[in-house]
Amino acid sequence: MSHVTEIIHQYLRHNKKFPHVFCPGCGHGIVLGSLIRSVHELGLPKDDVAVVAGIGCSGRIAAYVDFNTIHSTHGRALTFATGVKMSNPKLHVICIMGDGDATAIGGNHLIHAARRNVSITALVLNNNIYGMTGGQCSPTTPEGASAMTTPYGQLEKAFDMVELGRAAGANYVARGSVFQANMLERFIRTAIERPGFGLVEILSPCYTQFGRKNHFKTPVDMYRWLKENAVPRESWEKMTEEKRRGRIPVGEFAINDAPGLEQRYAEMAARLKEEAER
Amino acid sequence: MSRTSAKRPKGREMFALGNEAVAEGALIAGCTFYGGYPITPSSEIMEIMARELPRRESGVFLQMEDEIASLGAVIGASLAGRKAMTATSGPGFSLMQEHIGYACMAETPLVVVDVMRGGPSTGLPTSPAQGDVQQARWGTHGDHPIIVLSASNVQECLEMTVTSFNMAEKYRTPVILLLDEITAHTREKIFVPEPDEFAIFNRTVPAMPPEWYKPFEETVRGVPPMPPLGSGYRFHTTGLTHDVNGFPTQRPDEIEDLMLRLFRKIDQFYPDIQLVDDHQCEDAEIIVVAYGSVARSARLGVDMARESGVKAGLVSLRTLFPFPRNPLIQRLGAARAVIVPEMNMGQISREVKRVASNRVQVRALNRIDGDIITPTQIYKAISQA
Repeated sequence: MSHVTEIIHQYLRHNKKFPHVFCPGCGHGIVLGSLIRSVHELGLPKDDVAVVAGIGCSGRIAAYVDFNTIHSTHGRALTFATGVKMSNPKLHVICIMGDGDATAIGGNHLIHAARRNVSITALVLNNNIYGMTGGQCSPTTPEGASAMTTPYGQLEKAFDMVELGRAAGANYVARGSVFQANMLERFIRTAIERPGFGLVEILSPCYTQFGRKNHFKTPVDMYRWLKENAVPRESWEKMTEEKRRGRIPVGEFAINDAPGLEQRYAEMAARLKEEAER
Repeated sequence: MSRTSAKRPKGREMFALGNEAVAEGALIAGCTFYGGYPITPSSEIMEIMARELPRRESGVFLQMEDEIASLGAVIGASLAGRKAMTATSGPGFSLMQEHIGYACMAETPLVVVDVMRGGPSTGLPTSPAQGDVQQARWGTHGDHPIIVLSASNVQECLEMTVTSFNMAEKYRTPVILLLDEITAHTREKIFVPEPDEFAIFNRTVPAMPPEWYKPFEETVRGVPPMPPLGSGYRFHTTGLTHDVNGFPTQRPDEIEDLMLRLFRKIDQFYPDIQLVDDHQCEDAEIIVVAYGSVARSARLGVDMARESGVKAGLVSLRTLFPFPRNPLIQRLGAARAVIVPEMNMGQISREVKRVASNRVQVRALNRIDGDIITPTQIYKAISQA
């Protein structure tokens, strides 16, 4: 057993009925591994970590990890997480959502959680599709792509989650991919460590529901695509408009130090207490 | 607190709105988390909690982006160990149905106050109605038990809010407190007992070591102990049908065990849950069954009937669901007719017919024009019965 596998086994639940639900070629297992390594490297006690997941393939991750875990409702993970964090600020609250989960049904909650800047780490596993329900298009399905509900190609423009998170006021915004697992791990770690709302979009291929319908012959082709097209932000910024087409920048897009909402609330409560005693 | 106790409890008098009494009751019950969204006619509850909670030990108030988020945050807070609540009215109550179902499935104690106004849709924001009664019972999808309580005056608003929290904690279930605009916006003198005059129930926490703890295991009461998140008992909570460990299951035996326990934990405590008050029922030939502000009109209507020599009585329901079948039937005695006045087209009269139409004639008295049912209307109905 490799060292990395040993670490992961420490954090998986032993009373959970495995195997997991992920299809061959799915990127979500890499995210799960990255999350566990991030928590391990930060040295967080398992009791101090709360994982709140939405509904969908990504949501199933919560059941596998040996933390305080909540599998919430579709799109609403951030609302549960906000209640948890404000009730017990000592917990490190990590939200795991899918792209449909976080940007369609949960889009309102995403922008308001970012605006409140409550210290939650939001991981959005973006596979550009509704995987669990059978491959319908999501708000991040690229224009022109094929899905069960866009059989003639997606007409709508895709959401840019990074721009969304930044504009809504998140302290930390990053985009990583499961092909660049070390970079991803660093982003997750940073998001957990820093105060305020941390949004990490994670490009995680879905071969079963997206790849097969969109000219990827094998899952490996999807990872190869990520390798070639998920380009570091620094290189992206130097690219011409033409070169950028079809490529996605990965990296850190916002790093701010504003105190989290729970911190500001505690300060307000302390001030009120002081005033009352005076 | 028993209203019939001979000794006057310690406390203070207050000139309060129904909504203010709800907030007062919540704070007495130990509520330390409020997540909500403004809506008429419930907003005063939210405003008071916004003022009071930040000033109290570990109190948290949050205004959320909508009612779905409000109840989501309340569930998160409850899982983290807080006594938590929200308040709303019809349109917001519709949005909350999703998370009421989650709270049933994940056995999360919480209180939702729905101050009913005219509907459907945006309806009559500042007028009373009782149109959400069956929604409170069946609004969320899937078969589920639920506790729905009500209050008919400002004093009861206080008491029933405390009772709502107690039942939520005792049975690990969402409790819905249904008020109507009249009760919520009536201002009258009430007596607020000192908090220690109330019996306050807190959820049971596990006594066993974490490695022995199974979060959804059968217990004598059918209610498993519930530790706050982060206390060393790491477990999984889900809205999926789950086994005793909280993990999703498809096994028919495990599904049935869970579902039957969810029902039984409420069913077997009917005597504790089903609260009704009666007035002049002993020899009554005509009994009025009412709840909310209508019960108040009904009491006057019954008194008017008594003065004119008609033997009338009143059963006012503090518990709407599980429908108090036995307490009601016991009080029907020798009555020959039952009148059920309500501000809808017959949501509780249907329940009364279901349990009593084999022994007595049940008549509905409905009003849906956004105005109250008056004592005279009820007196007239009694006279004609």
